[in-house]
Parts: sequence; structure tokens; C-alpha cells
Amino acid sequence: MFKVSNLSKSFTLHHQEKTQINVLRGISFKVKKGECVALTGPSGAGKSTLMRMLYGNYLATNGSIKIDSLELVGAEPQQILDIRRHHIGYVSQFLQVLPRVSALRVVAEPLIAAGRTSNDAKARAAEILTQLRIPEALWTLSPLTFSGGEQQRVNIARGFSHHYPAMLLDEPTASLDPENRQTVLDLIYEAKTRDTAIIGIFHDQAARDAVCDSEIEINALQQQAVVS
Amino acid sequence: MQPLFEARGISKSYGSIIGCSDVNLTLYPGEVIGIVGESGSGKSTLLNCLSAQIIPDNGEVLFRSPSHGDVNILQLTEANQRYLARTEWAYVHQNPRDGLRMSVSAGGNIGERLMNIGNRHYGNIRDTAEDWMERVELNVGRIDHRPSTFSGGMQQRLQIARNLVTGPRLIFMDEPTGGLDVSVQARLLDLLRSLVQKLSLSVIIVTHDLAVVRMLADKMVVMQRGNVVETGLADQVLDDPQHPYTQLLVSSILRV
Repeated sequence: MFKVSNLSKSFTLHHQEKTQINVLRGISFKVKKGECVALTGPSGAGKSTLMRMLYGNYLATNGSIKIDSLELVGAEPQQILDIRRHHIGYVSQFLQVLPRVSALRVVAEPLIAAGRTSNDAKARAAEILTQLRIPEALWTLSPLTFSGGEQQRVNIARGFSHHYPAMLLDEPTASLDPENRQTVLDLIYEAKTRDTAIIGIFHDQAARDAVCDSEIEINALQQQAVVS
Repeated sequence: MQPLFEARGISKSYGSIIGCSDVNLTLYPGEVIGIVGESGSGKSTLLNCLSAQIIPDNGEVLFRSPSHGDVNILQLTEANQRYLARTEWAYVHQNPRDGLRMSVSAGGNIGERLMNIGNRHYGNIRDTAEDWMERVELNVGRIDHRPSTFSGGMQQRLQIARNLVTGPRLIFMDEPTGGLDVSVQARLLDLLRSLVQKLSLSVIIVTHDLAVVRMLADKMVVMQRGNVVETGLADQVLDDPQHPYTQLLVSSILRV
């Protein structure tokens, strides 16, 4: 499902003495359908940078990212938008929503974008919000007023509402109580049984052990810089 | 999917001063593209060229018109340009006074566009005007009031209703939230966003406010001194800007 080859990323900070930061150097790995892989490595190793590149949010400096047969590196914006609508879901670390948009709409939006009718999308959104124990009284309110844990659950509901064939999870179980944490692990497990390919960052070791089939240690994949 | 709108090699100079230089831009149905840059970067010149309000020195603007087929807008007769501008595309001005008739009632402002394209049944026109006032969250009770008695935010919403009533596919917007209070801006942006989604509109929006781009746009174009210096997916350009000028713009945002 995911095939990453020789992927590199460097940032050039033009206004800070043109500093160049090489975060990833020649990373290659594969993730199969139905497989859940954990990205590991110390803070600053480039885990989140890699996740953002896999979602087309950061540009690759070099290399290739394939999702099925779709090449993400160098793709036109509307191709990436299409991949995001249909092929790949992303649960970010923090919920980013716009003012005045209700929790129900936040969760229903990816479904509408993927082509479901508004009523159908709302019914599915209600189902997953219930599963994640967001009280119905809150559904019509903006999640900006919610607690941190509630926001994170709305974020997860949004990510899992549509059944994408591939998913990226950035700390999905952080700031959740044990019950909700278990619900999220169940959602991940269900996604795997639907043959979803999953790449995640889990600082929660027990969660990682529960759902992940293997680990990718970023630093171990880095190609050594060639000194000439 | 075929593009709805495509601009190729658009250039416009004012004497020795470059307005915009060799700009290419493609817009697909339902997409929102944000054009950003500081004052004088050429964004309004570009928008005016794209919407045939001024004729560029070079380049072509292709539009997939439901009624006229594939057309080069700049080569249409003025009458056809005006017809398209009132029906299949729309232009929302920064200052609502430029887009409204201030001496005509709110309902009249919306209804005029329908009459322009041949609607004559007064009752239907009034019903449609009421419907659109509701859609842009204006109090229908004020349908007979002149826009001069409206607040800036209400005038802007009325201008949007007047523009959308004919069911355009493509909307040009020039700083639609400029000059409004922050709270009014948020409401207007949310309204625009839901209309764009519901009606599957394509939008070209000029703004100097990157928050507007973050909220509304799928793609963005960064202009500096008449040149496009960076284009791409809006969230990608905002989160991982490549060009020195874009990095400067993005890093200059104040966070509250």
C-alpha cells in the first residue's frame, strides 16, 4: 500500500542565515494492506515530518512516495486533494477546526468530501461520535469549546468516519482515559481487519504493542551522508 | 476531470511598471484558489485580468462555459462578456459599495440580477430574493431597506447574495473580508465556506490575509512584484513554504 523509496527532506530557512536542516536522508520502507506499522525514534528524529510528507503537507526534497500506484512526490495539487478525499486519512496530534463549525459537521465533512450524501454522512458521524462517547448535547456545538480529551476524540471520529484504505495516526491515544483509549485501539484493530494500511506514531508503548505488527526506527533507516 | 478555468501567460504592464508577468493558473470545478502577496504585488491586477475587467497585454483566459462551451474570455464580444459576468461568473468587490446599488432596496439588488437575465415574474423574483437573504443570514424583514442602512458585514453578505442568485460556477473575490471586524470576518468566511461546499462553486480569491487562505482555499498562489513566486496546495505552501518571500510572509503571522 505504502512504498517509500529513497525519501529525503531538508528545510532551507532563507531568513535564518540560510540554515539547511537535513531531517530525512534516503529513507525506504513498505507497508502492506492490513498492516499497522509504528514509527519510532527520539524526539526530533523526523517522525512527524515523515507523516506530513506522506499526507502531501510537506514537500519531499528527493525520492518517491507511492500509495498503491499513486505517486505523491511531484503530484499536482488536485491529485493530492483526490488522494486525501478517497485514499488516505490523517489523524493529526491536535484538532484543527474552524470557528462556528459544529462537531457533527466536523466529523461528517470527510464523508461528504468522499461523495456521501449529507444525511448519510451525518448518520455515520452520529454513530462514531456515540462510539467515542461524545454526549449528543455537544454535537451541535463547536469543538473549540470542548476539553482537550473531547477534542482529541472528535479528531479521531473525523479521521475514522470514512473508511480509507490507508491511514496516518499521530499519537491517537494521547490524552485519553483508559476506556476511550481502548475504543480507539478497537477502531484501529477494525480498520486493520478491513485491510487498511496504517502508519502511526505511538508514544504509548502498550498501545503500540496492542495494534502494531512492526516498528520502523527512523534513525536506523537514515542513509549516512556521503562525505567527499 | 477537466479544468473549469485556465489562464495562460497573463502579463500586464502599466508603462514600465509590471502589473503581473506570465501568470499561469488552473482551476477545477469546486476548487478555491487563494492569491496572496503584499500591497502592490499585482494580485488585484491579475484578478482584473482574469475576470476580463482589464485586458492583459498577453495571454489567454479559458473558461468552460455551460452555455457557450469552451471560450477564450478575452476574445468574446463585450456583450457576451457582460452576459457571462452576470450569470456564469460573479465578482465580489472588497468594498460592497462597488458591487451594490446603494439607492435600491436589498431585495431590488438581488432581483435586478434575475431581471437582467430575463426573469419578469415579480412574485417569483421576490421569493428568490427572500430565499437568498435567508441563505446569507440577513433578516428578511429588511428586504425593502436600502443597503446604505446596513452595516458593513450585512452589505457584504448582500453583495454575495446578489452575485450568487444567478447560480454562477465561478466567483472572483477581491479581499471580501477586508475592512470588516474580526468577528464579522469569521462569520462571513464560514458563510462563504458553506456556500462554496453546498453549491460546489469555484472561487478565485485575492487576499493579503493568510488566515483566509487557510480557511477557504485548496490551492494558493504567492505573488511578489508581479511574479508568481510559489504555487501549490494551500496547506503545503503555508506549512512548508519554499520561496524566501513565502517564508517571510508565513513567519510574519502573529499568533494570539
